[in-house]
Amino acid sequence: MVTIAVLLKQVPDTTARITVSDGRVDETAISTWVTSPYDEYALEVAIQHKEASGASITAITLGPPRADKVLKDAAALGVENLVRVWDDAWESLDSNQVQAALSTILEGVEADWIYCGKQSADRNQGSTGPGVAERLGMACIVEISDWDVTGAQPSFTRATSSGNERLAPTPPIVLTFTKTETELRRPNVRGIMAAKKANIEVVSADIGDAQVQVVAHNPPAQKPEGRKFEGAESVPEVVGLLRDEAKVI
Amino acid sequence: MDITIIAETQDGGLHPVTAQLVGAASSLGASLTVICPGGAGGEEACGISGVGKVLAVTGDCFATFDGGAWAEALDAVAGGDLVIGAAPTSGRDICSRIAARRGVSIIQDVINLSPGLNITHPIYSGKANQDLTVTGNCVLTLRANTFPPAPSGGTAQLSTVQQSGDVRLAVAEAFARASERLDVTDADIIISGGRGMGHPDNFRHLYEVADVIGAAVGASRAAVDTWEEIPHSLQVGQTGKTVNPSLYIAVGISGAIQHLAGMRTSKYIVAINKDPEAPIFKVADYGIVCTWEEAIPVLKEELSKLT
Repeated sequence: MVTIAVLLKQVPDTTARITVSDGRVDETAISTWVTSPYDEYALEVAIQHKEASGASITAITLGPPRADKVLKDAAALGVENLVRVWDDAWESLDSNQVQAALSTILEGVEADWIYCGKQSADRNQGSTGPGVAERLGMACIVEISDWDVTGAQPSFTRATSSGNERLAPTPPIVLTFTKTETELRRPNVRGIMAAKKANIEVVSADIGDAQVQVVAHNPPAQKPEGRKFEGAESVPEVVGLLRDEAKVI
Repeated sequence: MDITIIAETQDGGLHPVTAQLVGAASSLGASLTVICPGGAGGEEACGISGVGKVLAVTGDCFATFDGGAWAEALDAVAGGDLVIGAAPTSGRDICSRIAARRGVSIIQDVINLSPGLNITHPIYSGKANQDLTVTGNCVLTLRANTFPPAPSGGTAQLSTVQQSGDVRLAVAEAFARASERLDVTDADIIISGGRGMGHPDNFRHLYEVADVIGAAVGASRAAVDTWEEIPHSLQVGQTGKTVNPSLYIAVGISGAIQHLAGMRTSKYIVAINKDPEAPIFKVADYGIVCTWEEAIPVLKEELSKLT
């Protein structure tokens, strides 16, 4: 049987204001945590793939207990197996540690198709998909913007500098997704009820020592206040400033 | 410290960001080797000041993009305690894999780098920055248009190395881009529209301005989500593209926090909005309180006079 894994990360809602206090982002000030938006597209395609192939899906997240919600939300859409990787001693893991933890779990799942977002909406790194693929000895297609998973041979489209390329890869493979125009499905009542009873397997992993230390978080540098003009008659002056002062045109 | 820089190539030559990678690495006072995937741009790389050695890596795997194969080939020839690449999609893919092959960490989209190794990169799409230190070796990708480029005048030696990797991705079909328009991530000037444009057809006015100055057209999430005619590929912001142009012109964009996250590091920002209280004015160098209908024709005319 085809086996699918999908990697999901819980992040602050993208409309959340991020505040820094004592050199760290204040996570207690974040009221809404959501599934990272790109991961939602990965999940949507994974479910389409499951529907066409009769595969089972394992959703995996790395995070503290609050991250159970992303797994429950996935269960409400029909994901069968839920795994959360965590250890209370973990904090600000570096890429090497994150990939070690996820690879360990993925080796146990033996997935043919591994779906994830192109990057998380909080760290924005884009390292996990290709990094996990390398550790598992798999190919990886990054930033997929279109797909067809309805047939026996799924295909995926990525952007290139001159257009698009469609690839019809052989599993095992890691696939990372960007946001597209596709409408994401919403859970129905039956799904929500089933998700309440869904079991989450919580596991730890050997992740080695940290190689990267966080020194401080800082708010972004504030620009000095700019100049404000009124009306279309000010446009020639602004264009003049762009040419003579900013020297950008 | 030995540093290997992975050159960013385009159209068979060197992408200008490569000189920026060299400029950033030079500040670490190390010996610099530039490796050119597929051999492109080798001669040009030799001419960048501060480069000690250039390796043109030629191999069958470079005919198409397979991050796994490229990483395997490049890692085989790349020495170095530190590997530095550029942060666009392909660079992130290759560098993630090289880090994983070496069992070291990768830090992407670095905006500040100093000996130590001290590293700063944005998190939450630029709503905050993170300062890091690294123990031992690592792999970095650097954000484009952030570090000053190393000047020309280098006289490095060029060697060619044959090295390929195991290709597992085959392209079934390639499609040329329908339009010749610049992508926002490649553009030095961007003009973006928001929901204040009123109707997706009105974006043609932005395209007209863009054509005058060679700009790319972008859009806010509100515009992309409201009008299906505006594709997600135009979206600038936290769930779209992060851009860093010399000039960003925001038209009819209120300046939601997730939009600011994607464009606030632009060198100069012009905002055109009829609402004087719009948050976009807080990050604008030059704000014009005006409807787009009145401002855009004048803007187009004035810019036409320059060219």
